[in-house]
Formats: sequence, C-alpha cells, structure tokens
Amino acid sequence: MLGSEKRDALVDALEPDHGDGFAPKGRSLTEDAMRRFRRNKAALVSVYVLGALILVSLIGPFFIPFGYEDPDWAAFRLPPDFASGHYFGTDQNGRDMLARTLYGTRVSLMVALVATLVSIVIGVTYGSIAGYLGGRTDAIMMRFVDIMYALPYILFVILLMVIFGRNVILLFIGIGAVEWLTMARIVRGQTLSLREREFIEAARAAGLKPFQIIRRHIAPNLVGPVVIFATLTVPEIIVTESFLSYLGFGVQEPLTSLGTLIAEGADVMEVMPWLLGFPAGFLITMLLTLAFIGDGLRDAFDPKDV
Amino acid sequence: MTENIFKSENLTVRFDTPDGEVQAVSGLNLTIAPGETVAIVGESGSGKSQTFLSVMGLLAKNGKASGKAILEGRDLLTMRPRELDVYRGRDISMVFQDPMTGLNPSLKISRQLTETLEVHQGCTRQEADAKALAMLEAVGIPDPKSRFRMYPHELSGGMRQRVMIAMALLCEPKLLIADEPTTALDVTIQAQILELFAQLKDRFNTALVLITHDLGVVAGLADRVFVMYAGRVVEEAPVDDLFEDPKHPYTKALLASTPRIDTDLESLEPIPGRPPNLQRLPKGCAFAARCAFAEAQCREIKPALNPVADRRTCACLLVPTEERASA
Amino acid sequence: MLGFALRRLLSTIPVLWIALTLCFFILRLAPGGPFDEERQLPERILANLRAHYNLDKPLLVQYWDYLTGVLMGDLGPSYITDDFTVVDLISIGLPYTFILGGCAFALAILVGIFAGVIGALNQNTSSDYGIALVVMIGLIVPNFLLAPILQLVFGVSLGWLPVGGWGEGKLSHLVLPVIILALPHVARISRLMRGSMIEVLGANYIRTARAKGIGARLMITRHAIKPALLPVVSYLGPAAGYLLTGSLVVESIFGLPGIGQYFINAALNRDYGMVLGTVIFYMVLIILLNLVVDLVYALLDPKVRAR
Repeated sequence: MLGSEKRDALVDALEPDHGDGFAPKGRSLTEDAMRRFRRNKAALVSVYVLGALILVSLIGPFFIPFGYEDPDWAAFRLPPDFASGHYFGTDQNGRDMLARTLYGTRVSLMVALVATLVSIVIGVTYGSIAGYLGGRTDAIMMRFVDIMYALPYILFVILLMVIFGRNVILLFIGIGAVEWLTMARIVRGQTLSLREREFIEAARAAGLKPFQIIRRHIAPNLVGPVVIFATLTVPEIIVTESFLSYLGFGVQEPLTSLGTLIAEGADVMEVMPWLLGFPAGFLITMLLTLAFIGDGLRDAFDPKDV
Repeated sequence: MTENIFKSENLTVRFDTPDGEVQAVSGLNLTIAPGETVAIVGESGSGKSQTFLSVMGLLAKNGKASGKAILEGRDLLTMRPRELDVYRGRDISMVFQDPMTGLNPSLKISRQLTETLEVHQGCTRQEADAKALAMLEAVGIPDPKSRFRMYPHELSGGMRQRVMIAMALLCEPKLLIADEPTTALDVTIQAQILELFAQLKDRFNTALVLITHDLGVVAGLADRVFVMYAGRVVEEAPVDDLFEDPKHPYTKALLASTPRIDTDLESLEPIPGRPPNLQRLPKGCAFAARCAFAEAQCREIKPALNPVADRRTCACLLVPTEERASA
Repeated sequence: MLGFALRRLLSTIPVLWIALTLCFFILRLAPGGPFDEERQLPERILANLRAHYNLDKPLLVQYWDYLTGVLMGDLGPSYITDDFTVVDLISIGLPYTFILGGCAFALAILVGIFAGVIGALNQNTSSDYGIALVVMIGLIVPNFLLAPILQLVFGVSLGWLPVGGWGEGKLSHLVLPVIILALPHVARISRLMRGSMIEVLGANYIRTARAKGIGARLMITRHAIKPALLPVVSYLGPAAGYLLTGSLVVESIFGLPGIGQYFINAALNRDYGMVLGTVIFYMVLIILLNLVVDLVYALLDPKVRAR
C-alpha cells in the first residue's frame, strides 16, 4: 500500500469527477500527519533547535556565575570575552549579557505560553458555543468577531497598558484576551462540521445537554486544529510582547525580556553591537523555528498543497 | 476511409509521480474522418480523457506525451505552446466535463466568447459580438442578448454547458472534442445537450470526438466507437455492430452493466473488481483479472489489437482474428 | 453598486458606536485617573483640573458629551499638551503618517503582487526560492529589529541614506521607513498572491482558456490575475490596520513627526484624552479603509456584488 494517497491523488487528476472506490485509506489521520511531519526536515530540525533553546534558557542560568541584574564591577561594557566568563559580554551597567539574554528568553516564552493559553481558553469556549448553537446566536457572535478583527488589537493592548500601569501579569492576559479571535473562528468552523456528525446526533438522542456535548464530544475533537493554530499564535505573541516592550509598554526594569533587551541594544548598536546581536539572534531563532514547526504541522495535517 | 482529419500514431501519455512513472495511455492509434463522430468509451482512469488533453497540450505539468497526434498533416505533440495556440480554439477545440467550473467566474460571458474570435480571426469587438451572439442563438440559449452580458454564476448548469459549446464552436473547428459533456448535468438537460451536439455537427460539419463512460450516450450519436481499458484500445467497431455483437469480454461486460430499455434492471451485472494499477500493469491482458473468460495464456501474453471483422478490431486472445476467422 | 456601498457604510455605524463606548468606559472606569502622578497634586488643583476637563460630571453625562462631540468632529482636549485638542494634534501628525503609510501600502501591493505572480509562474525555480527567502525575512524579522539593522548598514556604514528625521519630506528620508513598514506586507501579499495564483492556474477555467488558444499572456493577465487577486484584496483591510500599528514603531525609530509619535507619547504619559481620541480616530480610519476594500472586492467578484 506504499504511497496510496499519492495514487489517489493521481486517479483524481486523471478523472476528476468520478474517482470513486479507489485505494482505501489505511492508518489514522494523526499517524499519517506525524509521518509527513517527520519527513519535513526543516520542521524536524526546528523542533530540536527550539527544544535546545528552551532547555538552555531554563537550565542555563544555574550554571552561570552571574545574575541577570547583578553588575560585575570589574567588567563594564565588556565585549564577548571568554577569559572573564562573560561569553556574551556585559552591558553599560556591567550586567552579564548571557544571563540577561537567557532570562529575557524565559520571560518572552512565559508571556507567550500564558497568553496563548488565555487565547485558547477564550477562543475555544467562544468558538465552540457559537458553532454548536448555530443560527442567530452564531451569526451575532461571529459578527462581533468580525468587528473586533477590523480593529488593530495592539491599540487595545496599549490602552490596557495605559490603564493598568504596565503590570506583567496583565500584559499576559491582555495580549491573550485580544489574540483569541482567529482561534474562535477556527474552532467555530470545526464545530459546525462536527455538529452534523452521527456521534453528536447520538449524544443528543441520549439526552446530553448542549454544554455536556461540547465538553465531552466536541472539545476532544478540536485538539488537532487548536494545537496547530497555537504553534502559529506563540510567535505572534512573542513579537507582540517584544514590540510592546520595545515601545516601553511591556516588561519593565529590573525584569527584562527579549524586546526590552533589543530596545536597549538598538540604542547603542554602533558602539556595543553585542547588546543587540545576542538577544536579536535568540528572538529570530525562536521565531524562525516556530514558523517552520507551524508550517510543518499545517502541511502535515492539511496536505492539500504539498 | 479516405482523407483523415486527425490521426494518432502510437500516442503514449506518461506521468511522473513521486512513486514512479505511470503510463496513462499506451500506444494509441486512432483515425477520425471529417464530419465523423467517434466515441471513446471507458471507465475512470482508462486514459480516455488524458489522450485528448495531451493532443490539446493540456496535460498536467508532470505529464508527457510521445508518439504522434496529427491534425491535418501537422503533428501537434511536437509544437511548443505558442505554435499550438494557433490551432487550439481555431481548428481543434474542446468542451469539458464540468460547466460549473469551466467558465471564468470573474469575466462576463461576452468577454469569454469574443476573445477567441479576436485572437484567431482578428475580429473587431463589434464583429466578434455579432458572431458570438449568433452562436449563442445557435446553441439554443433563449434571450441571448441579455445572457451575453451576464456572469457565469447567473446561468444554470445546462446554460453554462451551452455557452461552453458555443465557445468551442465559435471558430468552426474541424475537430471538436467533448469530454464527458453531459456527466455533470441533470438527466433531462443531458438529453437536450446530446440533441444539440447532433444538430451542430451536421450544421458545421465538424468531426466530433465524444469521450464518455456512458454507452447510452454513444448509441444515439456516434458513428464509430473505441473502447478503452487501462490506457489501451481493446475494441473498435461501428456503433451498431458493437451493440449487436460485442467481441471483447470487457465490452460485453460493459454492455451487460449498462441499463437498456429492452432489458430488465435485474439482469444488470456490474463488472467485478477494479481497474488495474497503472503503475504496475500486469504482464498479460490488463483485463484478465476481471474477465469471466480469462485463460492461463491471458495472464502471460499481451494481446495486440487485430482486425476481427469488417471495420472492426479487437485486442483479445480469445477472439479469432479476421484471417483466422476466414481461414 | 451604490446601494451596496451605502449598506456597508450604514452597517459600520453600530460597529463604531460599540467600539467607542467600549473604549470610553474602559478608560473611565479603570482604577486611577489621568492625574495620578507619583507627585501628589493638592486636592484643590486636582478639582480644578477635573472641572476644566469636565471629569467632575456624572459619567453618563460625560459619555453623552463625548459622543456628541465625536459626532461633531471633536475628540476632546489633550490632558497633557496644554491648549491643544486631540483633533489639533492629529491634524498636525496626519500628513506625515499618511505619506508614510500610503507609500508603504502602495509599495506592498505593487511589489507583493508582482513577486507573487513571478513566484507562481516560476514555481520551484531560483527566482521562486529567492522571493521565498525575502518573504521569510519579511515575515520573521520584526520591524523594531530590522530598522536598527538597516539604519546601521545603509545609514551609518554605507552612508547612503539618512538614519532618521523627516528632512522636509525628501525622498531619501522616506526610503528606509517605507521599506521597513512595507516589508512584512510585501511578504504576506506575495505569499497570498503566489498561493492563489497557483490555485487559479490549476482551475478548470484556466484550462478552458488555454484550450481556446488565446496565448499565455492574455491567459495570465485577463483570466488568472483577477480572480487570484481576491484573497489579496481581502487581506488589504487588515493590512491597513497593521500598517497603522507598524507606523507607531517606525515613526518612533526614525523620529518622524506622525500621529504614531503623539500616540506613543500620550500613552507613555497617560494622556487619557489623547489616547482615547487617537484610538477612536484610528478605528474610524480603519473601518473606512475596510469599507473601501470591501467595495474593491465587490468590483472584482461579481458574485458578491449581486448579493
């Protein structure tokens, strides 16, 4: 049965409208998708690189003799240097850039995780309710999403930042609370099609209430698309956080994030390029690997244009 | 048969796929006389559509045609797209299966019709408009003037297929290829469209190739029938002879599985099994695995297409060839 | 067509109203006010300030005043920049933002569509891969990172272009900001265009067009590009919004005196009046741009127009 789906595709190409009853599908959808994902070299390498990056940012600080906010009085504005142990150099205040970069990576990742979770919770709840109830409720709920879509959400985040005075926790929640729209759309679409399936009908006939059906029967079937979309949301949130921090609305001293580090580094890039280079490298690596993983997952689960 | 308008010699179509090469059409030889109607019959994947897509230069990117496809002395297969564009739409044109997607949704009917005339005949806009309108009338579109200015989505499926036919006939081609022209339509509309083909080919004296899986369509319209299986012609016969006395077991099976007015529905017999994998065609006769009459030799020897009677050929080891029959 | 435009215009009114109300109450009901500084102001001065900006009236009266004000084109006073109303500040900054955003928008559309068509027509060739690389950079590298890098390369090291400032609108001053603002959208648009162009090229109606022998040029320009533009056009609405937010960063990096600068400063200084006014102005602008995009979409897709 080697390459059965390829042959299916070929038969379709040969006779578009009646390729009936050819080569049956074996294997489950997820298995197939994972096989396709593993064949995608860029995505696979990205998984390892990103994993290593996360591991280093979590464990690394324990092995560095410098804290991210403690100045080393012996080394101000030090370029990357192995002799002193400041592998990434130090900043104007003598703080170790390796420690700061790792710490910033950690904060950026955390913001992204929390905000993505918030957006998943809101988006899945909203989308599955709209999709399951359908009809007028659905129309009104989705019209609201359309409206929100038209508005630049960064403005709302900035608005929230102005009000809540740059609290990091609220930053997480604020970003998540405005990032749920696409998630809601995807979940709604999936739910709409799930709703028509037999097992939902059966559940309804068995007398389950709508909320029970959503929780027990619909939500589990949404995992695939939600995971794929979440991998696409994470880099977006990392950029948003960096963007806000860069503008001065995000993470504040003494805390730091990649965005804050890049903002500081950009000011002095002519004289101390390492202050920009290392955080920028980390950010780009993260975004690049996440983009490859997201694309890889999407192609694996939806192999239309492969 | 006198002067042929179209002739294919050893026409072969291959597709490169990630899993290896697929031969969709193998060494096809066929001839078409001016004004003649030829039907190509076969199941899905028998290569009947790919044959003529290759002639029109419309194969998918991974497809390659070899052999010859000669239209009035010129081999279409060796032409580059730019040369081919001189003949496509002018001397040879094609009506496709699905009229719902065959017309450009973002252009008016008028635009899609007149551009053919402008390109091939150098008509001005007014001349082209007049000719296109006349053609819409000829294909039986009521109130062509108002429909002329519409977009495809404003027309029904049957109307769209009429537009497609009008489009193909605009330059009065010598050869019209209709690829399953009625498959996507309602049954009542199907009959109308077939009737239209019958009228039009007389009126414009166009040779017609009718590609279909439906033997019912063939009976009313065709002069000659080619039956294809797994990329090869297995039988060729004048239409009446074919219905009266099918020679090839596949043709017999095909006829037995087609509903007819004079037979019981209960006596219909579907053909068991599936068409073979084109990537790994069996060594012998491709139909052997499904054939009720297959013998051991059928699995070993690939039968050639031999004359079996007057104006009839058949590719089956079990059917006596003309010489053998007369001997 | 006119009816369609009018209907769309009317349907934006409730949207604007809801958005305005939402923003107004979020700001007003939030803990802390515009005059909560680190340095406590004496109670009397505070009361005076409140009275001056009408903040001492009941909330609903404030809301009504503000709503009617907005309808008359008055977005209220700035709380920080004395003697300037929000409308004053916006109209000072607007021309700069418009020129910057307009140039970036035009560049993104033209280059994006062109690159997308080239990529689709030359699938899996070196030009396709080259475009894909630039697209990847545009999508991955955030503007606040790309800007300093390009400033360093083209401004400082090579000295070809100025690193910032408006420079009396000289073209050379616009080049870097416009490119940086446009690049992500060049990337998105060319990706969308490439994808939809490939899809369209595989469509049955393109096969019909090829079968007619009208030639490759006509087939691409007349039959393929127009339907392939649809996803690009529907992206333009959101793109206009992203351009505005992008201009916040670009203006502050390059020191351009547009609205973005004022907005950022207002937000950093907690100038509630200016923040609220600017947000509302941005929303009106974006909704109007979306309306224009909808109309263009309807022009391209006859099915939408008929509805």
